[in-house]
Amino acid sequence: MGGNPPCASCKLLRRRCAQDCVFAPYFPSDDPHKFAIVHKVFGASNISKMLQLPLHQRVDAVSSLVYEANARARDPVYGCVGVISYLQNQVSQLQMELAVAQAETLCIQMQQEPAPIATNPIMLEAQDDKSSFFLHQNNLPQFLSFSSSNNVIFDSFKKESIFGQDMIS
Amino acid sequence: MTSTRCAACKHLRRRCPPDCIFSPYFPSDNPQRFAYVHRIYGASNIAKILQDLPVHIRGEAADSLYYEAHCRMKDPIHGCVGIITLLHQQIYNAQTQLSKIQAEIAVLSAKAQTESHYQHQVEHVPNVDENF
Repeated sequence: MGGNPPCASCKLLRRRCAQDCVFAPYFPSDDPHKFAIVHKVFGASNISKMLQLPLHQRVDAVSSLVYEANARARDPVYGCVGVISYLQNQVSQLQMELAVAQAETLCIQMQQEPAPIATNPIMLEAQDDKSSFFLHQNNLPQFLSFSSSNNVIFDSFKKESIFGQDMIS
Repeated sequence: MTSTRCAACKHLRRRCPPDCIFSPYFPSDNPQRFAYVHRIYGASNIAKILQDLPVHIRGEAADSLYYEAHCRMKDPIHGCVGIITLLHQQIYNAQTQLSKIQAEIAVLSAKAQTESHYQHQVEHVPNVDENF
């Protein structure tokens, strides 16, 4: 006799923890806060519905739900969207730094190249134009390939004028 | 008599009172907006979240809840956390690239300095013929 102790969910919900409890594998009794936070944000029945996934995908689903719930508890207004906005700003900042660094590399390399007839002022001006051409043609270093999949979602939400600010870099 | 119920009250099939917590943020012309947040969070949780916030920022909260619900509908496993993971990866890649380029700049600058110092020395070596 003396079956398994109820999982954190069934403890909180004050019900018998069945053998096939959908929550038990992901909300052990030794971490009551984990279920408490997702229950507060999403509700137990919504969590149960969202766990109607193949078994091997449920762990990741629970992890992401816990993450979102914690983010919402920390920031009730923006939740995870605040985190996304912050990270996008970081990406933009790094893109600018990379562009500047690449331009600097090109400048140094060009300075080190043997200048053919560099004393002619017209030729000097042409060389300057070449370096500025590299700077202005492409603001992103060619070797970077940032995935733009997240921008598809941001674009569609921008059309709805949700945030009133440009979240896309 | 035309119905003036908000999308939430239409979805919940109830009367829309004048002080409905949902109506400013879930207009009747966008039923998907409330349908998504209702599916992920539930009406009472949305109401609780909005009620606990000052009125002037409830709109932003409703927008972010819709965004997250939308992400979860599109990706039931990761939701918007998938986007966060992607951004972290992009930041890591960019930082790695930046470190590489900065190291390259340091090498090129050092090389340029060495060459310029050597050239300076060569220009100032006295003519060998003068010594004989």
